[in-house]
Amino acid sequence: MSTAAREAVDLDLPPRVNRGWPRERIVGTILVALWAVAGLCLVAYLVAAWNPELFWRWAPAYLAGLWTTLSLCAISLVLGAVLSVPVAYGRMSGNRLLSSLAYGFVYFFRGTPLIAQTFLIYYGLGSFRPQLEMVGLWSFFREAWYCAILAFTLNTAAYQAEILRGAIQAVPRGQWEGAASLGLHKLQTLWKVVLPQALIVALRPYGNEVVLMIKSSAVVALITVLDLMGQTRLAFSRSFDYQTYIWAGVIYLAMVEVLRHGTEWIERRITRHLKR
Amino acid sequence: MQSTWTLLSWGPEGWLDDIAYGAFITVSLALATLPLGLLVGFFVALAKQSSEPTLRLAGNIYTTIFRGLPELLTLFLVYFGAQIGFQSLIKLFRPDAAMDVNSFIAGMVALGVVLSSYASEVFLSAFRAIPHGQYEGGYSIGLSKGQTMRLVVLPQLIRIALPGLANLWLVLLLNTALVSAIGLSDILRQAGIAARVTREPFLFFGVAVLFYLALAVLSSYGIRAIERAVDERSPR
Repeated sequence: MSTAAREAVDLDLPPRVNRGWPRERIVGTILVALWAVAGLCLVAYLVAAWNPELFWRWAPAYLAGLWTTLSLCAISLVLGAVLSVPVAYGRMSGNRLLSSLAYGFVYFFRGTPLIAQTFLIYYGLGSFRPQLEMVGLWSFFREAWYCAILAFTLNTAAYQAEILRGAIQAVPRGQWEGAASLGLHKLQTLWKVVLPQALIVALRPYGNEVVLMIKSSAVVALITVLDLMGQTRLAFSRSFDYQTYIWAGVIYLAMVEVLRHGTEWIERRITRHLKR
Repeated sequence: MQSTWTLLSWGPEGWLDDIAYGAFITVSLALATLPLGLLVGFFVALAKQSSEPTLRLAGNIYTTIFRGLPELLTLFLVYFGAQIGFQSLIKLFRPDAAMDVNSFIAGMVALGVVLSSYASEVFLSAFRAIPHGQYEGGYSIGLSKGQTMRLVVLPQLIRIALPGLANLWLVLLLNTALVSAIGLSDILRQAGIAARVTREPFLFFGVAVLFYLALAVLSSYGIRAIERAVDERSPR
């Protein structure tokens, strides 16, 4: 920058305020310094504990576990999204029976821990082995992987149904009436008028649901599925090396942060027409 | 083969008393975690709404870390981390000593930091809902910063944050089920033991799920009572 330009910028800037060192700034600086020290300690620990044998033994396992986690979440989220549509419809329907059925489904899966639901399906359905063998479903329920997908799908369907319902009901009634007065069919109204507006509302909760799913999918490690958490537990029980858990934490944190910023980026992008 | 009712009876034959004891552990863990998480969460929110950028940064790092890690992983990190840490500390003094970390305390700390990072977000949005004039009004009648916070802002803050906090309580109750993985005898672990001994997994995990459902229903009654009490006290 030339001197003249720099002078012009300096002239445009408001005068610099002398912040001084009030108590908040001292406390804040100390806290940030503590975080920095903690981060440096973590890096120093990982460098000091670096063990190439351990790393190369478990790195492929961690990658396989990561893939398992991601595919488990993706499959459950997609199936759950499909299942959430009839549930949300039931929740909003005027039919007493339908709406109380849907309410019961949502209440059950949101009111009990996912880990208990998973145990109920994986261990619990083993009680009905003869019956399940009779109808040929035993080979499905014998596998921890399929049980996990079933439990997660049902669980996320309950949460996603509430997100969908909330988003559709957040669209003002006038939108329905306006579309009806133009002679649009109800389904057309839903598809062309209501859903595009509802999805803007729903984007953030959907993003949160994906993050929650990735975090809570760690419980499948307890029913012997070797996802990222499962591989970590295995690695720890073989090596008793604490860094196995640290690495898992770093990977989970990176995944969640990428998703969170991705959702925010999409939100900024699709609400551009609403900004002034 | 014993009948279902004997298995579910109260006493040495049945398992209901054991699972009820698990429910007691679950509830006491949640009740012990709640004040810890809310207190820390309040201070983190205080840092995040401050005008001081370094304080905001420190608060945001806290939330990012503990909201991003899976709860189960946080639990293991705390449990095994404390175990290894204390063990190496003790080895400095007495090489032959061994110690175990109390899984109740480990669960309390892990669930507490997770709760506090979520609670800080609830408090933060409540802080933003309180107009700046409330602080200025407090200062103009001669209250100090701390007094303004305690006497003017906090009562309004709690009223605004209550629905969000009630939701966090329900999530906390669900998250306590994870401590069964580090050996605390909560509902799920007791049910698991009963299921293994009696070979009736569906029955006992079903009962465990019903216990959680009952806790959720009871909590929503309690929450409604608290909300009504707060509403009655609020000025109109």
